[in-house]
Amino acid sequence: MIALLRRDLALALRSGGGFGLSLAFFLIVVMFVPFGIGPNSATLATIAPGILWIGALLACLLSLDRIFQLDYEDGSLDLLATAPLPLEGVVAMKALAHWLTTGLPLTLAAPLLGFLLNLPAGGYFWMFLSLLVGTPALSFLGTFGAAITVGLKRGGLLLSLLVLPLYIPTLIFGAQSVTLHLQQLSNATAFSVLAAISLFTFALIPFAAARALRVNLR
Amino acid sequence: MSLWEYANPRRFMRLTDIVLPWSAGGAALLMTVGLIWGFFFTPDDYEQGSTVKIIFIHVPAAMLAINTWFMMLVTSLVWLIRRHHVSALAAKAAAPVGVTMTLIALFTGAIWGEPMWGTYWAWDPRLTSFMILFVFYLGYIALWAAIEDPDTAADLTSILCIVGSVFAFLSRYAVMFWNQGLHQGASLSLDKAQHVADVFSNPLYVSIAGFILFFIAMVLLRTRTEIRARRMSALIARERQEAA
Amino acid sequence: MLSVTNLGCRRGDLRVLSGVTFRLAAGQALILRGPNGSGKTTLLRTLAGLAPPDGGHIDAPEDEIAYAGHADGLKSQLTVAENLRFWAQMFGQRTIRPALDTFQLAALANRQAANLSAGQKRRLGLSRMLVTGRRIWLLDEPTVSLDSASTAVFAAMIGDHLAAGGLAVIATHIDLGLSAAQSLDITPFKARPEAHANPFLDGAFT
Repeated sequence: MIALLRRDLALALRSGGGFGLSLAFFLIVVMFVPFGIGPNSATLATIAPGILWIGALLACLLSLDRIFQLDYEDGSLDLLATAPLPLEGVVAMKALAHWLTTGLPLTLAAPLLGFLLNLPAGGYFWMFLSLLVGTPALSFLGTFGAAITVGLKRGGLLLSLLVLPLYIPTLIFGAQSVTLHLQQLSNATAFSVLAAISLFTFALIPFAAARALRVNLR
Repeated sequence: MSLWEYANPRRFMRLTDIVLPWSAGGAALLMTVGLIWGFFFTPDDYEQGSTVKIIFIHVPAAMLAINTWFMMLVTSLVWLIRRHHVSALAAKAAAPVGVTMTLIALFTGAIWGEPMWGTYWAWDPRLTSFMILFVFYLGYIALWAAIEDPDTAADLTSILCIVGSVFAFLSRYAVMFWNQGLHQGASLSLDKAQHVADVFSNPLYVSIAGFILFFIAMVLLRTRTEIRARRMSALIARERQEAA
Repeated sequence: MLSVTNLGCRRGDLRVLSGVTFRLAAGQALILRGPNGSGKTTLLRTLAGLAPPDGGHIDAPEDEIAYAGHADGLKSQLTVAENLRFWAQMFGQRTIRPALDTFQLAALANRQAANLSAGQKRRLGLSRMLVTGRRIWLLDEPTVSLDSASTAVFAAMIGDHLAAGGLAVIATHIDLGLSAAQSLDITPFKARPEAHANPFLDGAFT
């Protein structure tokens, strides 16, 4: 399992698309918000948690179609499916690799981009923590979408259409974890449900995605 | 003789040959009676005026919008577990009906919302849930359309339907947490006190029965079309194989 | 070791093969013959467990099958050694040295797979079989883009594998000169269209 994770990380690093692209995209989305709604700091401060969450979520989408597509095209996926590691394990490792190259860098960058949006001082810790806990769910759900669309020639747009609705609960509870805290309210429920959704996706998605992969390989 | 026998396309066609005209006729009759009764022979509500009469469309459409998804979930599970082709095709056939009902519920709700709440749209949990249900339908239908091999499409859409159901359900609780909302409680319920006066509820029941029969007729008709399409491609494939 | 009884194979909606039956003992190889499109690839994918069988039985020891398809499954950004080491680790093997030596890849070990020729890629893809540590090899057109010297090396590699008690099922058109090889023409197993195989052809309705 570790071998697969190491290979995917090496591939992400060497092909250059891994960390860089989604981070750059995240920066651009965040930069566009003041252009779209005006530079008023008070307005930006109110919407900052939501914008950072939406930006991270969209940046996460960008690299999803690469999770299985390249392995499918060069035959590696056939070979992985006949290797001793169960496909469920392959899915989990692929999702983890995607998170390490996308979700984690986005989480680390979010507090910095928070400055640009005038995120109030109390929000940084929860912004970081909610993304840290919530982005793995985005990677796992995205891996599921990638497994469903792997056999399709132009699956990219469809992948977004399938995956984005699945992101709704994570987005709501993630952004609420920050917003409620900024409104001096308890965010305990929102944050624990966010964590629960992530744990739930770890448990459920490998099986669903492996099933979809088997269908696509036969 | 068990229920599963109707999962055979031929038996299904034979059964629905009989059922379809009755359900279609019943739908036409009950919808006409229910809607005319509701629109023209009920008094105006003392608060809502005549706008209340939109419930005769809004409530049945909303009920069907949700229950169609449940039906797709059940038929998807039947396909994955027992691999009955008709079941998968019924799910495929139901989705466009469900998405239309969702749209009708959203539009009639908007038309009703304007006089009642002073706005066509509010990010109320119920309205938002229907919007979310709408995008889940869109993804499901798009996936069916994108995959060429019918069995692969049936498998993948079924998996999507199951995972989607879980997350649609989670989304519903998420939006309830996120915003408490304007929408009144359910208009009809078995255990709570009645929210709707009898003078409205009787034509509403007729209208709901009509909508349900309409749904059955539409799904049967569309499933029959799908079965014929599959039979046609199977016949073409057999001819090609025999020629080769 | 590998016994296949009455196996049916399907590709998508179409039944391709039916009634495929053969037995292989340790040290034997089976060469699959048949024209293009006759179902050699489908049969190998079914044996590998990638496609579900359409009836019949495959009796093989658990976790002993290794499959190599048309595509080599190489990552062009990784070096030859890294590609091989990855698969060795996936199959729980430690050393890749013998595999590198078999196909004279040691000199290329640190070259990126992107810079290999088609024949070199194929050699690397085939040497992957050596790091699986598995006894039943399923090979689909293994000699494509190999020159005659490499083909001979490949035949020798199969010979060694069989001599060590391994098995191989190989879809190929060329003669590998293997003494322990039986040949199986799969044309007679071509599936006839059967009414009951497809529920949509069952009975008459319009």
